[in-house]
Amino acid sequence: MNARRADRWCLVVLFVLMIVTTVASIRYGAMDFSAHDMAAAAWGKLSGQADMPLDQRIFIQLRVPRAILCLLVGAALGVGGTLMQGLFRNPIVEPGLVGTSSGAAFGAALFYVFPALLRVNLGGLTLPLVACAGGVLSTYLVFALAHTRREGRSSILRLLLTGLAINALFMSGIGFLSYVARDPAARSIIYWNLGTLSGADWNSVVVVGIATIGGLIPAVAFAKSLNALMIGDDEATALGVNVGRLKWTVLTINVLMVAVATAFTGVISFVGLIVPHILRMMRGPDNRFLILGSALLGGTLLSVADLIARVSLRPAELPIGIVTAVVGVPVFLSLLRSREYLS
Amino acid sequence: MLTATELVYRAGKRTLIDRVSARFDPGKLHLILGPNGAGKSTLIRLLARLLRPAGGTVLYDGQDAAHRHERDLARRRAVLSQAVEVAFSLPVRELVLMGRYPHFGARPGAEDLAICDEVMRFFDVTAMADRSYGTLSGGECQRVQFARVLAQIWRPIEGATRHLFLDEPLTFLDIRHQVDFMEKVRTFSSQQDVVVVGVVHDLNLAVQFADRLLLLDQGRILADGPPADVLTADNLRGAFAVSPVLLTNPATGRAHLVFESSAEN
Repeated sequence: MNARRADRWCLVVLFVLMIVTTVASIRYGAMDFSAHDMAAAAWGKLSGQADMPLDQRIFIQLRVPRAILCLLVGAALGVGGTLMQGLFRNPIVEPGLVGTSSGAAFGAALFYVFPALLRVNLGGLTLPLVACAGGVLSTYLVFALAHTRREGRSSILRLLLTGLAINALFMSGIGFLSYVARDPAARSIIYWNLGTLSGADWNSVVVVGIATIGGLIPAVAFAKSLNALMIGDDEATALGVNVGRLKWTVLTINVLMVAVATAFTGVISFVGLIVPHILRMMRGPDNRFLILGSALLGGTLLSVADLIARVSLRPAELPIGIVTAVVGVPVFLSLLRSREYLS
Repeated sequence: MLTATELVYRAGKRTLIDRVSARFDPGKLHLILGPNGAGKSTLIRLLARLLRPAGGTVLYDGQDAAHRHERDLARRRAVLSQAVEVAFSLPVRELVLMGRYPHFGARPGAEDLAICDEVMRFFDVTAMADRSYGTLSGGECQRVQFARVLAQIWRPIEGATRHLFLDEPLTFLDIRHQVDFMEKVRTFSSQQDVVVVGVVHDLNLAVQFADRLLLLDQGRILADGPPADVLTADNLRGAFAVSPVLLTNPATGRAHLVFESSAEN
């Protein structure tokens, strides 16, 4: 069908766009690299050159993993948003809605204020682990509280409202921790809540990569079932979808991707909300397109945001959450004003 | 063939369906009647296996539906729910194509697309195939939903009877489209040997089109049989608390009902 072919072309365009922004994102920053520098650094790395110059080492060990982490985290947030909007049958849902990101942020705040409380020390992975645990725990809490024995039409609504309540609780917990914290810790909490990719290294790329790709593959496989859910639980069941299993799977994928991504970068707002919106405006609500598309567009948008965060105040950096909000809010508002989309 | 045996369903402490047994035959149109809250929708949903009964069994072609795989079941039974709300506006053709979901993997085949075109022609919605569902009127939406549901069971399946469940399909339709739809369903059912079970509110439409009626009250079957046997003055007073006047429709020879206000008078 023609619509299918247009979808495929759209994905190709998104992919090319992603490559272009990624190249720009590794080229520019606190220090700009020419094409020649980049090629030299890559060649040096590949050939196992022992004494690479400092700028080439910066390129290989910081700039490149940061660009890749951007793509992975953006993809995780974009796909998370698409999955949650599809699951809740509601276009104003974002992936943090079931408590995942506020719980992760709370875990990170605990880590900054009471590092001594944690007996385990896993070096650079301690913070991500604590944050991820916080995200998974708070999500579990939301589900445990929203679960009642009588399964009905209201269960999704109850989940949504419970998520709002638990989010508020964790946000006030974070507020309390930053209130009692002394300066470096307090600043770290604020910084973390605005999101940053400055901690990117190859370790984080591997961990986030496994979670994101590990979530993306089953998400694509469930896209058709998620489409059926557009017309309701009963209707999807009548079409042969095991709705209970679909919901649990999709939620688990979302929690895995978002908790792990948030654990390494902090809370990045608006990407998960606007990416599915933009794509739905372009090509409609078919999840078989949306899921792959939001992985590509999410990565692209986060790369652009990170590039802006790095070059706007050079050599200092802006928290990326500020950029995504400043760019995301107007885009989101203008989408809401378009009549056709919400009808 | 569809057989329900001793079906029981409870919500909390209330028993919504109380030991209902019935048999539904291929090629026949069965309509369930009853007052508000009688359990009609619950019964439809139990029969279609959208709900699991607390007791009793539903057999499709003699086999217990409880053990059947969702998708396998979806190839032989389609359900139209009371009011279908579509979360995101998508083109009519895509929505109708959803009816073929149980039949294809990642992408629809040529047969799926052909069936889509046929059902859209059958329900006269071909002209709106490329329109967005959100822009349709209530009646148009309903006809598109008919097309989607029929697409699911449009072609015969080897060794299996097809089943169609309709929960108040006539809401939103004007009288012409009500009659038109009932006629189409009856034709489809008798020509294709499909079991059809539906809920309607208009007793006269029920008399006109049903092969068999089930009168449900407080979760129990009050009467079950040909329309003339079920819609007696006594039964109607018992179930609806109204006094009917039974006339004969001169055109069809079937019963026609007119009502006085309440049973007490």
